[in-house]
Amino acid sequence: MDLVIQLTILVLAAFVGIEVISKIPNTLHTPLMSGTNAIHGIVVLGGLLVIGHAEGVLSKTILVIAIIFGTINVVGGFLVTDRMLGMFKRKPAVAEKAEGGS
Amino acid sequence: MTATLIFGSIDTQSIATASYIVAALLFILSLAGLSRHESARQGVAFGIAGMAIALAATIALATEDAATVAVVLLVVAVAIGAAIGLWRARVVEMTGMPELIALLHSFVGLAAVLVGWNGYFAVENGDHHDLVGSLLDIHHAEVFIGVFIGAVTFTGSIVAYLKLSARIKSAPLMLPAKNWLNLGALVAFVVLTVIFVISPSLPLLIAVTVLALALGWHLVASIGGGDMPVVVSMLNSYSGWAAAASGFLLGNDLLIVTGALVGSSGAYLSYIMCQAMNRSFISVIAGGFGIEAAAAADTDHGEHREIDAAAAAELLTEASSVIITPGYGMAVAQAQYPVAELTRQLRDRGIEVRFGVHPVAGRLPGHMNVLLAEAKVPYDIVLEMDEINDDFADTDVVLVIGANDTVNPAATEDPGSPIAGMPVLRVWEASNVIVFKRSMASGYAGVQNPLFFRDNTQMLFGDAKAKVDEIVGALVAERVPA
Repeated sequence: MDLVIQLTILVLAAFVGIEVISKIPNTLHTPLMSGTNAIHGIVVLGGLLVIGHAEGVLSKTILVIAIIFGTINVVGGFLVTDRMLGMFKRKPAVAEKAEGGS
Repeated sequence: MTATLIFGSIDTQSIATASYIVAALLFILSLAGLSRHESARQGVAFGIAGMAIALAATIALATEDAATVAVVLLVVAVAIGAAIGLWRARVVEMTGMPELIALLHSFVGLAAVLVGWNGYFAVENGDHHDLVGSLLDIHHAEVFIGVFIGAVTFTGSIVAYLKLSARIKSAPLMLPAKNWLNLGALVAFVVLTVIFVISPSLPLLIAVTVLALALGWHLVASIGGGDMPVVVSMLNSYSGWAAAASGFLLGNDLLIVTGALVGSSGAYLSYIMCQAMNRSFISVIAGGFGIEAAAAADTDHGEHREIDAAAAAELLTEASSVIITPGYGMAVAQAQYPVAELTRQLRDRGIEVRFGVHPVAGRLPGHMNVLLAEAKVPYDIVLEMDEINDDFADTDVVLVIGANDTVNPAATEDPGSPIAGMPVLRVWEASNVIVFKRSMASGYAGVQNPLFFRDNTQMLFGDAKAKVDEIVGALVAERVPA
């Protein structure tokens, strides 16, 4: 029963994903890639959830590594996306300065 | 005592579930926000908020009754990851974005593999007494599938990273019967899954991990450099599915939702790009693009004409409209800054300058747009192929900077060409075309470009950055006396 519900969630979310993405212009594909990249760093949740009850050195080591890599994704992905989006300007900076000066 | 513990944990559990719903909605809003320039940064803010809520809820849930050691480990791991992430994001060059994204995908894949492995050990250690009968079978299948997808993503992304950063050759690897190898690996995976569900054992888990690692490696190694935009977004999709698989394993709905969101969006992006190249997704995966090229390149196209920077500058000043079509070569030469300067110079003289960007220019979808934005070219003069293709006929000068296959007339005129049918920028319809190029070598697809031999085409050989700098220099010098 649980599995059926989870599969339903999977399918519905997949449709939402396609619906949302289909409106995005080519120009913004790179920020989109790094943005989704940050979002699916959510896999870090997996590591976080189980580390509390992990038994044994092997399991703990595995999970610590997983959490480190997941967090790199989340933090790095969001930051780089924001940095990138900050660069998209309608008017060149030089022109703005010139307008302001005159 | 026991009762309070149970009630306490139910409480945290339901708070966590509620937070997950909020986080999932924020992620959807985040993707929606990214669909417009105006709302894009807001989209990122939504994403960060969603992630913060999800992480806070999860950490609260995980540390509630955990051992101190585990909590310390958790905090240390998050801190290390965050520090590395901050550092990487700060130092990365925009030209290096494709590599960074590929590398980050590999991390998701790795994390999914590790979560899967841990899921197996958890059962071996007897943590899941509640799992019996078919539930245990499902659990084992989830472990297996999660490890498989994760491992394919991991090595696939590593190879993509190595290719994009030019640490290995980007030419497709051609093993004999390579499509059968891929297919065989998939069949082997299905067989192994069945055996593993019936009688789980560590050697089987190791076998599937190795199999998937090899498949991921081979899959991307046999795809040529020109198809990298498709590969990168395909890996984006895979890593989404890998996260979703972890979600199934852990019974975590947020992971499933997020994984499916990202997985489907990545798949859709790949599909758009395949369409832009007029090729099927299967043919991209099957790889081998550019192998037929050697035979096709023999035809005699005649002589090409050369031009120098000064003459090019003169041609530009006499023009009233100019279109620049950038390609990956602009990124390699780091020519985006002089190109932006050239654009400013020409626009100051009242010359209309626009950019025409092919959907698969560069090594990442939208790569050129980011580079031009970095160099402060206003984004409203950077147009997509469909928006600008009809304007080439009325254009005086087209500058082709580091692009090749995306401006190849053979795609529309020669049905025998390997890239026949691929939509291209029709630069040859303009009065003058100046092609910036290092040499007469063919592009990534290995296809000769008849554009170079057209009567209205002139070649400007040399490093794109140096040559554009020279043109800018000539323009400035000419202006000073006047």
